[in-house]
Amino acid sequence: MTPLKVSIAGAVASFVLVLVVLELIRSHRLRERYALLWLVTGIVLTVLSAWRDGLNTIAGWFGIRSYPPAVLFAVGLLFILAVLLHYSTVISRLSDQNVLLAQRLALLEDELRGD
Amino acid sequence: MSSSDATLSRVKPAATGPAATAAPPAADPRLRELRRVAIVPALNEEDAIASVIDEIRAFDPGLDVVVVDDGSTDGTTRAARARGARVLRLPFNLGIGGAVQTGFRLAFEQGYDIAVRVDGDGQHDPAQLGYVLDPVLNGEADIAVGSRFAGDAASGYQSSRSRRIGIRLLALVVSRIVRRRVTDTTSGFQALNRDGIALFARDYPHDYPEVEATVMVFRHRLRMVEVPVEMRERAGGRSSITTLRSVYYMVKVLLAIFVGLFRRNVVPREASK
Repeated sequence: MTPLKVSIAGAVASFVLVLVVLELIRSHRLRERYALLWLVTGIVLTVLSAWRDGLNTIAGWFGIRSYPPAVLFAVGLLFILAVLLHYSTVISRLSDQNVLLAQRLALLEDELRGD
Repeated sequence: MSSSDATLSRVKPAATGPAATAAPPAADPRLRELRRVAIVPALNEEDAIASVIDEIRAFDPGLDVVVVDDGSTDGTTRAARARGARVLRLPFNLGIGGAVQTGFRLAFEQGYDIAVRVDGDGQHDPAQLGYVLDPVLNGEADIAVGSRFAGDAASGYQSSRSRRIGIRLLALVVSRIVRRRVTDTTSGFQALNRDGIALFARDYPHDYPEVEATVMVFRHRLRMVEVPVEMRERAGGRSSITTLRSVYYMVKVLLAIFVGLFRRNVVPREASK
């Protein structure tokens, strides 16, 4: 069984993550589009931490008998990978757009100086 | 807020709506004094855009038509310029919110008094602009929205099942928040006065903007009304919203609305830019 302190710490930390993400959206520092994955991460980890029987059951599915909180690490890691991969695609798009913007600016500047 | 100031109710009884009248009213004489612009967002609408521009001109030749080409890969810009419209060509696709806001920015910076928004796919009938403009010209509203579902006009609109359910659900949520009956939160067929233009030029939601915008307008204490209109089948192009995406948008929009409730509100003033 998961130590109670681990469950409490995990649930509190994940819940704080959810609150921080919501506050970042509220203050216009994070767009909803990029916040969704973080929110799902926070909510799933909060639920898994607080729902101790559920964590045990899931650990059992994967044959983890000795230390069920390992599931928390695994799930957390999976979500972090997903967020990072998502950001990689976002950065790729942004750099493409940046190139396009710079090129259009150069063309425009040339056009303005021309006449 | 008292229940007597009916900011978000439909202003026209159904009997005077488009279903009852044979010929929609021509451009209002009050318009002549005002600088007015039609903002036409378009994405790959080379087949539809020319007739949309022509119909806007037919309604009111004094409306400056500004097409915002949201990164089309077809001849949308060429077709619009051939019809003599001004075209703001975005270097890449910004999504409908970013595209429309480009038009509002132009309207704000170039001092337009009135702006109307007519989508470039032809589903908004410019002949019905009179209905949408009326409450704004009367000074009853800062923003007037043409609704498919207000009044008797509801029967005319066909759409996919998931999309209809989504529209209804959003209407329900938004109505609860703004404490008025809002029937069509996804309509982009709108008319705005200077205050409305100023608000949207500064702050406009992205992706699926009309729902959030409705809540935003209410929270900024602007007056918004719905007017019954009929919408047409899309004349060309393809809707940018598929079923899977509409689920994603739904979650995102609900999140945005929820978080938006905890924001402090700024009442826009002409001076603040």
